[in-house]
Amino acid sequence: MLTLPGALRVAIIEHARADHPDEACGVIAGPAGTDRPERFIPMTNAERSPTFYRFDSTEQLRVWREMDERDEEPVVIYHSHTATEAYPSRTDIAYASEPGAHYVLVSTRDPDEAEFRSFRIVDGVVTEEEVRDPADLVAE
Amino acid sequence: MAIEVRIPTILRNYTGGAKSVEGSGDTLASLFADLDQRYSGLQERLVDDAGLRRFVNVYLNDEDVRFIGGLDAPVKDGDTVTVLPAVAGGAH
Repeated sequence: MLTLPGALRVAIIEHARADHPDEACGVIAGPAGTDRPERFIPMTNAERSPTFYRFDSTEQLRVWREMDERDEEPVVIYHSHTATEAYPSRTDIAYASEPGAHYVLVSTRDPDEAEFRSFRIVDGVVTEEEVRDPADLVAE
Repeated sequence: MAIEVRIPTILRNYTGGAKSVEGSGDTLASLFADLDQRYSGLQERLVDDAGLRRFVNVYLNDEDVRFIGGLDAPVKDGDTVTVLPAVAGGAH
């Protein structure tokens, strides 16, 4: 399960809509070992393509170093599909290289309704998971 | 001579879990060959017949080595080499 505050879900969708028809991509960092996504980091899609994304390599180094210094991990790695479903493609699976991350996919193929789904991708195996807002999990 | 090489999570099974290892060499190519002596199989994850693997980013200090000579980039004592798998994907 991915526990994601509503404001961060909105931030991801807005980023995807803003970059449409190019794929949008980014990271949400959180304190190492907590599985809590906290710090939203939209990334440049160096491919600027409607069908491919890649983090700019220099930007990626800067962000990864920063996370290391802050004792954070990439809790969420997100990207959008602009004409296909919000499900990991063959290339998404092939290049998934952070086994601890939640891979969030957004589809902006419909102009009104964004599809938003989360997956674990470990050793080439995709497992869909629920996305919950922590505000909804607080007991009375 | 010691060059620090920072290893990403998915390659740490080659280094016995180590986040950082040391190696020596005059160029990135010889550094990787040196590492492969002690961490067998690591080189093949970084390099293929065409050179540096396309979806692996290698940095020498602060620069992506693709901009400074790739595998031929000279390295020296005190340098830090960082390996990060590219974060990429797409629609298909």
